[in-house]
Amino acid sequence: MSKPDAKAASRFSRADVIAAVIFLVLAAVPLAASMGTESYLLALVTRVMIFAIAALALDLLVGYGALVSFGHAAFVGLGAYAAGILASHGINEALIALPVALAVSMLFALATGIVCLRTRGVYFIMITLAFGQMAFFTASSLAPYGGDDGLTLRTRDTVAGLPLLAGDHSLYYVVFSCLLGAYALCRALIASRFGRVFRGARENPTRMATIGFEVFRYQLVAYVIAGGLAGLSGFLLANATDFVSPAYMSWQRSGELIIMVLLGGIGTLYGAIVGAAAFLLAEEWLSGLTEHWKMIFGPLLILVVLFARGGLVGVLMSRTRHD
Amino acid sequence: MSTSLLIVQTLNGLQLGVLLFLIAAGLTLVFGVMDFINLAHGVQYMLGAYLAVMFYGLTGSFLAALVLALLAALAFGLLLEFAVFRHLYDRDHLDQVIATFGVILFLNQGVKFVWGAAPLSLPMPELFSGSVVLMPGLLYPVWRLVIIASGFAVALLLYLLVSRTRVGMLVRAGATNAPMVSALGVDIRRLFMVVFGFGTMLAGFAGIMIAPILSVEPGMGDTILILAFVVIVIGGIGSIRGALLGALLIGLVDTLGRSFAVDLLRLFMAPSPARTVGPALASMLIYLLMAVVLYIRPTGLFPAKGRG
Repeated sequence: MSKPDAKAASRFSRADVIAAVIFLVLAAVPLAASMGTESYLLALVTRVMIFAIAALALDLLVGYGALVSFGHAAFVGLGAYAAGILASHGINEALIALPVALAVSMLFALATGIVCLRTRGVYFIMITLAFGQMAFFTASSLAPYGGDDGLTLRTRDTVAGLPLLAGDHSLYYVVFSCLLGAYALCRALIASRFGRVFRGARENPTRMATIGFEVFRYQLVAYVIAGGLAGLSGFLLANATDFVSPAYMSWQRSGELIIMVLLGGIGTLYGAIVGAAAFLLAEEWLSGLTEHWKMIFGPLLILVVLFARGGLVGVLMSRTRHD
Repeated sequence: MSTSLLIVQTLNGLQLGVLLFLIAAGLTLVFGVMDFINLAHGVQYMLGAYLAVMFYGLTGSFLAALVLALLAALAFGLLLEFAVFRHLYDRDHLDQVIATFGVILFLNQGVKFVWGAAPLSLPMPELFSGSVVLMPGLLYPVWRLVIIASGFAVALLLYLLVSRTRVGMLVRAGATNAPMVSALGVDIRRLFMVVFGFGTMLAGFAGIMIAPILSVEPGMGDTILILAFVVIVIGGIGSIRGALLGALLIGLVDTLGRSFAVDLLRLFMAPSPARTVGPALASMLIYLLMAVVLYIRPTGLFPAKGRG
């Protein structure tokens, strides 16, 4: 991110400053990791950033459009399977695999979005869940590609023949750039005229329709973009873990993505990154403490919902505001 | 595709449908009256099964286990309502989804902590453990028929409760317009608690009844919860009638689909792709059905009046 100079400072909101801090920290992680010789840390943060891309896409829908998608993991899984299936046929070129992953997840978003966006509220939650389950069962029954057991990738994809995804450090920076790009895209989208119509539809779809906007189209475009970003996350996930499995699409995974968004702070974009980090780090830490870590994590989640409105970011913000 | 197989699978479908109804009835009432999404409804079903196993171990009698487990499930449900859920009624659906997801995580792990991860089983009551001859050469387990019968009995009881009693009238009124009912001087919180407790008991009952045929294990509530949501969305949220018809429809479609999908596909496909596509198609059949229903009727088949 470019450093804001004094004259332009007014154009940058607090959100941009927070996002800039987050990205600076993320960019510095490999340096810290190389000092501590902890490739473990690098892999963990890579994972955080991959899920942050998916959570970011979900925040676009949930936070700015009030479209609570409970099947978002399906797009991640589709992206991952596109990479996995191509790799199993010997196509290990990201310049082919990535566009295919994006196309598959975006087409799925387009087809399901046309149906889902006819419904509202709870029904929207449930129908997105239904499509998520359909994708899950389809993946489970793909016998030639591992079925329930999933699919192992023998090598990571190359980018234009270069092994950019192979090394831990270079993979880290590729994922980092993807997250930065995804954030910039969502940020620009929200600020644009398109974003204002989309946000208006969250507040009052009837009024937006009366003004003359076809709300459905705006929501569909946002849904397809969010699906594509989740597909990107899936493509990266497949390459980072060298593994693709139907579990990527399970409804629990969709639930976890929603938790990430809510945990960080809904409708802030950078909150999705904070939330993904908080969720995965808490999972990592607690599961190291005890095998029954979910008995701690579950109540923690309830406490966050009951007492920390606005998520972690919201809590930190209200603290600083009181000072 | 013989007739006897068709009969057996239809009965199995009915049995699944009845089971789904027991869970969906509570879910749709809680949802309809309180506008509360309770993802933790599935763990109540799991808990019913675990409690029955525990009380059976203590008493050695299925009937005693049934009664004690029902009471314990009710008590636990009310405890959860008091401790967590009641603070969520005024929140938006997203908060409810996340908080009740937290309850699922806790309880799924909790039963593992208390009873271990290995599947448990509940012996069938002696009296109903045999099979009956439905047709010459066609045996069917009595217990499954008992489940079907008890499910329809509960449906009848619910129908009478909801359409003939004062509480039922309030529940119907609450499902249509809760703030109005409250404004007319009804203690809506107490009504919520009654509805919630009743729904919890039904889910627990379903868990107890199915425990002799299924293995009792952590996470058994998750799959059934999703199915129950499909049922109430197809049936129309807040409608008991919708829940019953939706449950039977889903039970039959799912069971028959799984048994006959491959055979049906083979009518117009080569055998080997049919064997691959069949199971996949069968497991997504109900979700397809749900998508089609919602596409045609975005608020389900029997929406409670005043909604959507």
